[in-house]
Amino acid sequence: MISLLTGAWRYRYFILSSIVTEFRSRFIRSRLGGLWMIINPLAQVAIFSFVLSGFMGAKLPGISTPFGYAIYLMAGTLGWSLFSEIVARCLTIFIDNGNLLKKLVFPKICLPLIVFGSALLNNFLLFMTMTVLFALLGHVPSTTVFWVPVLALLTAALAFGIGLILGVINVFIRDVGQAVPIILQLLYWFTPIVYLANVVDESHRIYLMMNPLYWIIEGFHNILLFGTNPNFKALAAIAFLDLILLLLAFVVLRRANADVVDAL
Amino acid sequence: MSTPILQVSHLGKCFRSYAGEWRRILSWLGLPLKPVSEHSVLNNISFTIHPGEAIGIVGQNGAGKSTLLKLITGTLLPTTGSYTLSGRVSAILELGMGFNPELTGRQNVYHSAGLMGFHRHEVDQMMPGIEAFAEIGDYFDQPVRIYSSGMQVRVAFSVATAYRPELLIVDEALSVGDTYFQHKSFDRIREFQQQGTSLLIVSHDKAAVQTLCSRAILLDQGSIIKDGAPEEVMDYYNALIAERENQSVQQVLHESGKVQTISGTGQASVTGIGMYNSSGNPVEVVNVGDDVVLKISVTVNTFIPRLVLGYMIKDRLGQPVFGTNTHHTNQPLSGLAPGDSFHFYITFPMRIGPGTYSIATALVDADTHLTNNYEWKDLAFIFSVSNFDKTNFIGSAWIPPQIEIKKL
Repeated sequence: MISLLTGAWRYRYFILSSIVTEFRSRFIRSRLGGLWMIINPLAQVAIFSFVLSGFMGAKLPGISTPFGYAIYLMAGTLGWSLFSEIVARCLTIFIDNGNLLKKLVFPKICLPLIVFGSALLNNFLLFMTMTVLFALLGHVPSTTVFWVPVLALLTAALAFGIGLILGVINVFIRDVGQAVPIILQLLYWFTPIVYLANVVDESHRIYLMMNPLYWIIEGFHNILLFGTNPNFKALAAIAFLDLILLLLAFVVLRRANADVVDAL
Repeated sequence: MSTPILQVSHLGKCFRSYAGEWRRILSWLGLPLKPVSEHSVLNNISFTIHPGEAIGIVGQNGAGKSTLLKLITGTLLPTTGSYTLSGRVSAILELGMGFNPELTGRQNVYHSAGLMGFHRHEVDQMMPGIEAFAEIGDYFDQPVRIYSSGMQVRVAFSVATAYRPELLIVDEALSVGDTYFQHKSFDRIREFQQQGTSLLIVSHDKAAVQTLCSRAILLDQGSIIKDGAPEEVMDYYNALIAERENQSVQQVLHESGKVQTISGTGQASVTGIGMYNSSGNPVEVVNVGDDVVLKISVTVNTFIPRLVLGYMIKDRLGQPVFGTNTHHTNQPLSGLAPGDSFHFYITFPMRIGPGTYSIATALVDADTHLTNNYEWKDLAFIFSVSNFDKTNFIGSAWIPPQIEIKKL
């Protein structure tokens, strides 16, 4: 456990420079470069808001701007894209870098940490872009926006824990790599991102609430759209869940350490 | 001797398989699930490497060489046994791996040095040396995707050897880049060695093992079957390759102090060998440039359809100086019966440099000793060459020059 962290600390320069490198290499050959990381989620937001705003717009309580639904979508997408990017990339991180792991000795935790860092960086840029868009749409975020880093970190940690465990398992059971994208897709629709939680009738909403992402996305909605504080009880619960998942992930990574390279 | 750089004791590796992969995963969490089978690829490997020593690891495919190297580099963890390593180990396993084609050479150097565990400021210090050694000029700041494969190898080798490690592991990568760079990289490896770096080389290249290594280890089916002088081990290894049903490999201590390897089916054998000067007297010391006759007597023991005699002159390190056979000279013998004997008279000028040489003979049915090997005999004859009356020169070949000097 400790050795895992000290190993990562020794390689901090490598991790940082890899994040920068990854970011930079995105800009090298395509003209819009890293902007595609932002354009993708925004295009999705544009499509959904175009198709669904008439249907959903009326149901947004207490929001005066006509673009309320678009902002709702963006806030949810911000949280979701951070979560799904980390999970999806951690899932294949060991397999993709199999050759490297077989030939060089370095702490394996470095690879997912690079993903973690670069996903946070991407998400930060997405967040900045969205803030500009909010302003253009006439919605000035309130001071609760300062909760975004906290919420983002909790979300990223949740995704990191889940992604790491799945990433290790995927080395041994490759079906996991096929199944997880489908499950992510399902999870997307089981989380109120595109729709409002209140379209689901009261008796079934309890099932939505069992999904930790429900609380995370609700938090993003609260701080970005409604200008209220996040639900602190929910934050504390997620922080606790993060801790458990991270511990479990570290245990799995440490135990699997000897077997991972054998199976790659 | 000084403290060893690497001490490997009873190292073993087996790959475990479980009834289902889920069982493996549950076993990490402490459930007492035992693997159903263990496939052992290395067992009970012990050896020691002292500073400056160079050890070649040879063996057929699947003998466990790469696994052994991976265990020593640390990418794989041993199942049994342990090793202690004092100092930094660097491995030239697969050059240019992990290079990002979109990044420049310089950026990739930062990246791969980072992977090796160097800090940014350490890489900054190493950078001028790396750039100078790679000698790729302005390309160093161009994306790697436009590099030729040779340039990529140059950069990769320069990074891998930017720091002198205590143990350098080289896997089949010795013939890197163009000839110029090959020499340069060999020089660097030798330089490291002189400064005390130990080398661990895996190669099928016999010449590389014999020139670089002071010792060789032969692995077969996961165990060390021979550990000794490179020449002896390589001879044994060659014999092992040639080994077929009803063939035997034997090594005896030759009178010269070296180990002689004789292998083959024994269907024909060399019964006598000698070298004679132009007046017909037997010689063991030959003057550079003199004509000699090598006389080899062969006896056939069973009916064999075709017989080819090959011979090879090897230098002190066991490297071939010259070799040919009667298949190449279009003089194979055919339809032989037991009891047939032949004398082969091989006349040639001794145009080789001073030193001791050995002659290996081979009795085969075609041009390689891999098809049907009747007898392969290393160190069948030992002779030395001295320079009595020629202009002083060094090297293994005698190429008498005509030097003309014109004043301008």
